[in-house]
Amino acid sequence: MLKENGILFDVTLCVGCGSCYKKCKEVNSLPQANNDFLKDHLSNNTYTVVEQYDKLYTRKLCMHCNEPACASVCLVGAIKKSPTGAVVYDGDKCIGCRYCMQACPHKVPRYEWSSTKPRIRKCIMCNNRVQEGKLPGCAEICPTEATLFGNIDKLIEVAKNRLKDNPEKYYQHIYGLEEAGGSHVLIISPVPFEQLGYVSKLPKESMPEFTMRAMEKIPSVVVGGGVFLSAMYWLTKRKNQIAKEEKNNTHGN
Amino acid sequence: MKINEILKPTFWKVVSVIIVTIGLVSTFYRFTRGLGATTNLHDMAPWGLWIGFDFLGVGLAAAGFTIAATVHIFHLHKYEPMVRPAILTAFIGYSIVVCLLVVDLGRPENFWHPLVMWNIHSVMFEITWCLICYTTVLILEFAPVVLEKFNLTAPIKYLRIISIPVVIAGVLFSTLHQSSFGSLYLIVPGKLHPLWYSSLLPVHFYISCIASGLSMIIFESFLIARAFPKDEGFHHTELKMNILSGASFAVLVALIAGFLLKSYDFINNGKISLLIKPSAETYLFYLEIITGTIVPISLLSFKKFREDKKWLYIISICVISGLILNRLNVSITGLIASSGVNYFPSFDEISITAMLVVLGVFAFRIVAKNFHLFEAAESHETVKERI
Ligand code: SF4
Ligand code: SF4
Ligand code: SF4
Repeated sequence: MLKENGILFDVTLCVGCGSCYKKCKEVNSLPQANNDFLKDHLSNNTYTVVEQYDKLYTRKLCMHCNEPACASVCLVGAIKKSPTGAVVYDGDKCIGCRYCMQACPHKVPRYEWSSTKPRIRKCIMCNNRVQEGKLPGCAEICPTEATLFGNIDKLIEVAKNRLKDNPEKYYQHIYGLEEAGGSHVLIISPVPFEQLGYVSKLPKESMPEFTMRAMEKIPSVVVGGGVFLSAMYWLTKRKNQIAKEEKNNTHGN
Repeated sequence: MKINEILKPTFWKVVSVIIVTIGLVSTFYRFTRGLGATTNLHDMAPWGLWIGFDFLGVGLAAAGFTIAATVHIFHLHKYEPMVRPAILTAFIGYSIVVCLLVVDLGRPENFWHPLVMWNIHSVMFEITWCLICYTTVLILEFAPVVLEKFNLTAPIKYLRIISIPVVIAGVLFSTLHQSSFGSLYLIVPGKLHPLWYSSLLPVHFYISCIASGLSMIIFESFLIARAFPKDEGFHHTELKMNILSGASFAVLVALIAGFLLKSYDFINNGKISLLIKPSAETYLFYLEIITGTIVPISLLSFKKFREDKKWLYIISICVISGLILNRLNVSITGLIASSGVNYFPSFDEISITAMLVVLGVFAFRIVAKNFHLFEAAESHETVKERI
């Protein structure tokens, strides 16, 4: 069984108090950007937001994909999937190509555009705190357990049981279980997820798969191409030579 | 050339100096104030004009490997006069691309990281390495031109020994990175507009770069003939119609291949209905296909047009515009639709790009004036090789 951790967010339990938003800023030393937290959005100093949709509140944050697109495209390996389940970032390696932002299917990573030493900014599931044995800020502070942190397999079970035990209360889908190859953040809600502003209709395969299918062909292109070109070089040279010899012969006659 | 002559102001010189000066100021701002202050990029449009320009720069510089392969691998020596201009164009094009890539990096001082920090699963990683290797190939391919100027025959001998493997390596590196520019977008099926997204993107990119790279060199031949005329002491710069018609036939073949591939993709993936959906994307798509594919294919199919100077000139401009539209559509238009935001390059983005283009043209002129860039149909080398 995996030792990886994840987050389960239950829309039905969230009261929209914004404690997770504030705690996140605190533990990550991010400046307060907006007095009204419901109006804030993900940014270079906001890793998670609480959004209101009618009477429902929901959270947005990095999904910590099982096979993160952001990590697979990063040419220097600045973004990595940690064995703890979190997708973490090393600003010292980053060259700032921003391919990770382009690739993320959930449109999560943000950039410090105004800095001359910019970094990618996104939730890292409080990986340092977790390794110290603490909970991520949001899960620690949440008064209603709408945000749960723990072993990902257990969380999947919890989510499935909630859906099964209260079919009238939940829309029967766990967002994040299969989206883009699955992720370590799972969300359950009473309404379909596109109504809560989540990217819906994501493929079930992991995003890096799409690239791998093309990258796999590289070795054969190189070998095949090399052989083909060498053969063509030899053949056309030979053809020219023969043509010349024939010409010489006719001249000789 | 005398100093006075160089300093004599002409319209283009004045314009160039202004563009470069403004560009330098913008570059200074870019590095001292950061991307946010000088570009219109933002979290929902993380890539803009610079990346788009890199795309088309690389696409248009593709003649470097196609012509080198035609002459040195396939032994079609008729095209020999095109080799040097094509390689120089490719080298200058790639230099502009590399400069722009560094300007675009958020942390330009870390540009060397990919050399030591590897993630072989990243398309960007592969492109970076292919760019490095191919630029090296271009230097090796062009080195003889510089060396012969200074009568350094010894190194030329060694270069000649490795020349065929170098050309082959150049073709392979080009094939990989030209197609990989398309692969970059394979990972965003949900974001890139379906008019452009296709699992065949790498193949589309590869085929279109061949057509437009060749068109670029045809177009350049016209400029060269005009800019470096015989009465100013240049030789072999005049238009050689048999070469241009031959090359334009190759353009036709590549365009048809690209068109068939695109049709296959649209039919196979049920995307036909997208073509009648009125939207800005659809119009831009039509503009791209009509200018870059349909018009040139219809015209090039007639021998009459392939052998007519004026028409060939117009057709090459069409194909080039088609590629420019295609690359900008993929890298900007097609992605903006899904993010629901607007992006238009800022003044600094445009001025830095313009500066690099002007410097590129300037570099080409300098080399053309001082080295043997233009040759007779068969250079000494080939003649020797044949004997
Ligand atoms: S949601 Fe985006 S940023 Fe987060 S792990 Fe997945 S791909 Fe990376
Ligand atoms: S911006 Fe940084 S973290 Fe993102 S892909 Fe580029 S190098 Fe990696
Ligand atoms: S702390 Fe818990 S209840 Fe409060 S907004 Fe965050 S998730 Fe909802």
